[in-house]
Amino acid sequence: MNIEQTIENIAINLLRLAVTQLPKDVKEALQNAHKQETSPAGKTQLKAILDNIELAEKTNTPMCQDTGTIIFYIKAGAEVKNLDKIQNALINATKKATTEIPLRPNAVDPFTQKNTGDNTGRNIPHINWEITSGNTIEITVLPKGGGSENVCTIGMLVPGEGIKGLKKFVVDTVIKAGSMPCPPNILGVAVGGGADIAMKLAKKALLRPINQPNPDPEIARLEKELLEAANQTGIGPMGLGGKFTVLGVNVDYAARHPASYPAAVAFNCWAARRATARIKPDGQVEYLTHKMR
Amino acid sequence: MATYKLTTPISEEQIRKLKVNDEVYITGTIVTARDQAHKRALQFYKEGKKLPISLEGLAVFHCGPIVKKEGDKWIVVAAGPTTSTRMDIFEDEFIKNFKARVIIGKGGMGKRTTEGMQKYGAIYGAFTGGAAVLAAKAIKSVKTVEWFDLGMPEALWIFEAEEFGPLTVAIDSHGNNLFEDVKRATEENRKKIYERLGIQ
Repeated sequence: MNIEQTIENIAINLLRLAVTQLPKDVKEALQNAHKQETSPAGKTQLKAILDNIELAEKTNTPMCQDTGTIIFYIKAGAEVKNLDKIQNALINATKKATTEIPLRPNAVDPFTQKNTGDNTGRNIPHINWEITSGNTIEITVLPKGGGSENVCTIGMLVPGEGIKGLKKFVVDTVIKAGSMPCPPNILGVAVGGGADIAMKLAKKALLRPINQPNPDPEIARLEKELLEAANQTGIGPMGLGGKFTVLGVNVDYAARHPASYPAAVAFNCWAARRATARIKPDGQVEYLTHKMR
Repeated sequence: MATYKLTTPISEEQIRKLKVNDEVYITGTIVTARDQAHKRALQFYKEGKKLPISLEGLAVFHCGPIVKKEGDKWIVVAAGPTTSTRMDIFEDEFIKNFKARVIIGKGGMGKRTTEGMQKYGAIYGAFTGGAAVLAAKAIKSVKTVEWFDLGMPEALWIFEAEEFGPLTVAIDSHGNNLFEDVKRATEENRKKIYERLGIQ
């Protein structure tokens, strides 16, 4: 197969799927929230969200005007040839998707303030690489909204406060964010490693379906505890009050330095978009998060 | 909580009936205005110049839409709300001078706007952040665009809408502000959460 062309086409499909259809786990969580929400304003907002995503799906239109910063996560099989062609394919896919879907141009030079107009720029789309064994390539796209990005927070906590310090940090971060990240949100929480590692893991944790708890039962319990705590704030859908501030909390971690306790909270808005495909050596594609129409 | 369907021009009397948590749908003329348009409108007022459109009884939408031109017609692609707090420094004067009755946006507004709305008779309607497809569907046509020199997002887009909503009345004309209420409740809840988690 022509790897560059194949990847480009699949990446455009992934971008379109991601911005027009929410993954099943997120949609179900929103439907469930709408059913259970008791605050009238919160319920109104959730209804509007559900109507909006249904309409977006039906008309093949982006569900939010902010189609995000384009981030890719690649699991590349070590046996796959021409891996060096993938980056170019993803950049071209981003440019084409911007005009074809269309996506809002969201790549701005931080010094000249000029918008490149095609969602590409230095280090953007951002590509996270992971080498796996085998001969398949897995591509995930995370179009990351700006409103929820603006409240992502890293804290260098006090090691002596341990897990309690982490819980307080998460609660405080959610309260400070308030209505800004377009709740109900999904939270990626990570501790350890270092400032960059914690945030990287927190953001990557947003890719895990929210109906899949962490396989470690201790951490799964922490996820549940943090979810309940975040929902006890009462911030509610779009900050108008209610039971559903957060739909899911995914926790990850790395070993930490004895003197450090880095903690990171990454937010995703209700439009928690992501799409994944696996490509086999013969070019066959399996879409893992969506049904291809 | 009640649901109201309002048609522009909206009177002060109609506005005074609305309470926080009510649900509102608007039919008629909705005009977009962000930071630059608010600033210029107030400057016009100061200089005694007329605005390109009278805003009396209309809805003003904090929105920088994506609009495309097909032939000689403008088509709204996406029109989600932008964060309203940036307009807090203008809104009380704006309501007073131009008598707009409904301000639409996301994230809520502060004390100054709440006081202005109470005094001059206006409400703040929260539209779901990001729900751009829903918004675009209710906008039936673009009547015209003014102040296009400010750029597409900052220009005054004059929309003809049909049942634009749902808007949650988050600030009413009686001094109530739902966002402020939620913030106060959240502070109380913080203490309870700390207690439950065993945090001092």
